[in-house]
Amino acid sequence: MSNPLLEIKNLKTSFRIGEKYYAAVDDVSLNVNENEVLAIVGESGSGKSALAFSVMGLHNRAKIEGDIFFKGKNIANLPTKEMNKFRGNELSMIFQDPLTALNPLMEVGRQIDEVLILHKSNMPKSQRKKYIIELLERVEIPRPKHVYNQFPHELSGGMRQRVIIAIAIANQPELLIADEPTTALDVTIQAQILDLMRELKDDLNSGVVLITHDLGVVAEMADRVAVMYAGEIVEIADVDTLFNNPQHPYTRSLLSSIPLLDDAQDKLHVIHGIVPSLKHLPREGCRFSARIPWIEEDAHEEQPTLHEISPGHFVRCTCYKHFYFPDESKEDQNHDVAKS
Amino acid sequence: MTLLKVNDLKVHFPIRGGILNRKIDAIRAVDGVNFEIRQGETYGLVGESGSGKTTTGKAVMGLNNITDGEIYFENELLNKGSKVNIRRDIQMIFQDPYSSLNPRKRVFDIIAEPIRNYEKLSKQEEKRRVQELLSQVGLSPESILKYPHEFSGGQRQRIGVARAIALKPKLIIMDEPVSALDVSVQAQVLNFMQELQEELNLTYLFISHDLGVVKHMCDRIGIMYNGRYVEEGTKEEIFNDPQHIYTKRLVAAIPDIDPKRRQDNFKFREQVKDEFTNSYNDYFDEDGLAYQLKPITDTHRVALPERG
Amino acid sequence: MWKFTVRRLLITTPQIILLSAIVFILAKMMPGDALTGLIDPTLSQERIAEMREKLGLNNPWYIQYRDWLAGVVQGDFGQSFKYQMPVTELIWQRVINTFWLSLVSTIMIYAIGLPLGIVSGRYNDRLIDQLITGYTYLGFATPVFIFGLVALWIFGFMLGWFPTGGSVEPGLEPGTFEYILSKLHHLLLPSLSIALIGTVGTVQYLRSEIIDTKQRDFIITARAKGAPERRVYNRHIFRNSILPIAAFFGYEIINLINGSIFIEQIFSYPGMGNLFIESIMLRDYSVVTALVLLSGILAILGALLSDIILSVVDPRIRIK
Ligand SMILES: Nc1ncnc2c1ncn2[C@@H]1O[C@H](COP(=O)(O)OP(=O)(O)O)[C@@H](O)[C@H]1O
Ligand SMILES: Nc1ncnc2c1ncn2[C@@H]1O[C@H](COP(=O)(O)OP(=O)(O)O)[C@@H](O)[C@H]1O
Ligand code: SF4
Ligand SMILES: [Mg+2]
Ligand SMILES: [Mg+2]
Repeated sequence: MSNPLLEIKNLKTSFRIGEKYYAAVDDVSLNVNENEVLAIVGESGSGKSALAFSVMGLHNRAKIEGDIFFKGKNIANLPTKEMNKFRGNELSMIFQDPLTALNPLMEVGRQIDEVLILHKSNMPKSQRKKYIIELLERVEIPRPKHVYNQFPHELSGGMRQRVIIAIAIANQPELLIADEPTTALDVTIQAQILDLMRELKDDLNSGVVLITHDLGVVAEMADRVAVMYAGEIVEIADVDTLFNNPQHPYTRSLLSSIPLLDDAQDKLHVIHGIVPSLKHLPREGCRFSARIPWIEEDAHEEQPTLHEISPGHFVRCTCYKHFYFPDESKEDQNHDVAKS
Repeated sequence: MTLLKVNDLKVHFPIRGGILNRKIDAIRAVDGVNFEIRQGETYGLVGESGSGKTTTGKAVMGLNNITDGEIYFENELLNKGSKVNIRRDIQMIFQDPYSSLNPRKRVFDIIAEPIRNYEKLSKQEEKRRVQELLSQVGLSPESILKYPHEFSGGQRQRIGVARAIALKPKLIIMDEPVSALDVSVQAQVLNFMQELQEELNLTYLFISHDLGVVKHMCDRIGIMYNGRYVEEGTKEEIFNDPQHIYTKRLVAAIPDIDPKRRQDNFKFREQVKDEFTNSYNDYFDEDGLAYQLKPITDTHRVALPERG
Repeated sequence: MWKFTVRRLLITTPQIILLSAIVFILAKMMPGDALTGLIDPTLSQERIAEMREKLGLNNPWYIQYRDWLAGVVQGDFGQSFKYQMPVTELIWQRVINTFWLSLVSTIMIYAIGLPLGIVSGRYNDRLIDQLITGYTYLGFATPVFIFGLVALWIFGFMLGWFPTGGSVEPGLEPGTFEYILSKLHHLLLPSLSIALIGTVGTVQYLRSEIIDTKQRDFIITARAKGAPERRVYNRHIFRNSILPIAAFFGYEIINLINGSIFIEQIFSYPGMGNLFIESIMLRDYSVVTALVLLSGILAILGALLSDIILSVVDPRIRIK
């Protein structure tokens, strides 16, 4: 197999709080291949955005350790000047909030034009304009010629997100990082944007890192899924495995907390407590154990590491063998494990 | 028993212009809405943003001027003029737990505010009431002296709930109460609201654009589009047998949790989208508005095409 | 756009009328009246009563107000008793002098304020920013007249670099190059005094706008496009931060009027502010009234100008 498009190795991104550095992304390793959608899921505060920003080199005061290979070149801690050749070009990003991600004082056309000026400097202006109109059509914006001269506030949230996507795909990126691209949108608009992203990905043959906390979006879009908690990956698997055979307690808790459309559950599962803040993240032992307090102390591993339990399916530690939900009896659980 | 009855409600906002800044047109935010909510049920109001859900809720709360129509609560007409008389029996919870609480007030004052408006209590009694309310929503009674920013999103939403139930209302209008929250926190708030409903015998008007959540919470559902109802029915009718193309499109847009059905869903969505585009002119009039609702069963009403 | 302007002007008119009424009532409440400036102290009581009648000073207040307003509209503010000349004529030359002083001060305020604010905001919390912020605190704490006095003493009297009074060297032919140069020379120190103190608000405001804009999401979008820092700052941060400053421009006029009152006095610069203080001390009320009304109108127009500028430069509220 050829080299992956993006290969992250032992990435650690730390922010300074007071005198000390605290890691928001802690020893994360991942690959993304061409034409593959890797989803990263987790509650807010898990470190998903910190990871994405590290790849894009957008942190301004963070300590970044480890390697980020993009097409074989290590771009971790690359000087801004060199990084700018990649950003907006082969490597681009879509942001969460379409209401704030565009410059309110600049016409939409000019904001797209900027990314062309920066990376296609020899394209004449008239040609750029023609291309931008095509791009707007491509992202299914009605009346693109008119929209070209409009300001962001004149467009709806869904339309603005399309503009942001147009900026991101203007230079046919090889890797697209989408940080919660539909979280701020209505369900119908979300479906449209996801369908659009999928088509674009197939057209461009690009790799996509899709960050979300919505497992429905993951099920619709992802090829592989990495579940992130407290800066670490706790489970990684292809999408079918993750949904049909989730193992890590965190993955299973997340899955049981969404209101499913099929079977009416009476009560949704609630994950105890909250994602700890950076300063209070447990750095020793299991980071998730505080949120499953009914699991006996001795079920936890002291230094949980990722294990490959079947090809391509990694789970942090072996705890999953002992995990059960508080309303299931422990015997049922053990029985299940014994059977499988 | 019918608790709330909304009859041909219209809320129009003037668009001003010209040199004298006079009314030249109107935004028909809510344009002829009819529905009833029964005691003890959870009624869902669904639609994309801008469809008029919040405006409807606010009108019932007396926070908006009503252009036309009547609102009855326990068979009593609430609006004599253009505004609904504010009732302590009806309370509202807003979407954004970050901005709906005054950041400069302590939790104590936030929750005590509605009580002070309606009841004369001594400081001691007031404090006890607030502490009771806090423990009722699962927050520690010691938190009365804290400020909203010291709480997480889910906790803030609980503070909003505590304020809403302070006067023992009968109806709570919840405007996208979990849209700003993470899934896990969302689960927590939803569960808690269901428990509270049983405990206090509450009726909910649950406004949301997330059909997954609505299906989990609601007994009956109304679908709004452009200020009008396009369909109303029981949960089963809306999800298993949607009749209006807009409802079909909404239902088709819900992400499916099973990755295996992805391709089918995508195709289905495309199909529904085509159907929507092709039959748009049948289902909506020249102004893009839905037609009158027509009953197709006892509980199911649909704005079916009137022309052709 | 023009609709908006017209509408704003329509709102402005009652404001100005109200202002004129207040000014008129205040003037009436002052001891003495328009006659005080005209009469010869040796005149008999009967003669005075006769003159009062003739001048309409015995009419009810609203008639007097109407007459006064009619005069004002035609540019007649009555007589200055000190100078024994029409107020309008007296004020005119002073207005022109103050106009030049304000213009030069304004240019200096922005010439100093914009670069300092930009540097301070861009390199916030670094040494350079701390120095600039230090200067702004000093500027806020120092009253402009004290600063003006010190500047006059050092650069005017001690070093003799600048003239210490007047608006132009006497005896020069208006319109000649020397005349203009001399005018500028007289303007420099007073306007610099106004600007150095008056600009600190602009510096701080711009600084906080820039720090604010730096953290906005669309700046990250710009960086993610691969825009170099220079472009991020020039195209996105500065442009968006200067907007509120531009909108503030009209309000600066009010500041300038306040500042020039003291500065003109200190530098014996023959402008409106100087005249104002002089007239108050001499109880030359017709002049005071005229000046108060004039500054009031300027302030209202300044606010109007601010709104118009904002509506032109900010597409979010741009009115078609
Ligand atoms: N610039 C920063 N400085 C300090 N802490 C940060 C910074 N950015 C993020 N964090 C912290 O890092 C953790 C992970 O944040 P983030 O990556 O934004 O999470 P997610 O995107 O998964 O919601 C959070 O605890 C957050 O508060
Ligand atoms: N106070 C208001 N003034 C003018 N227009 C308003 C006002 N409130 C809401 N609207 C408009 O009414 C329509 C419906 O809004 P809203 O009820 O908030 O929709 P929803 O809650 O379904 O998103 C929108 O077009 C909105 O812009
Ligand atoms: S058993 Fe392992 S992964 Fe599970 S909670 Fe404990 S350490 Fe964490
Ligand atoms: Mg994030
Ligand atoms: Mg709303």
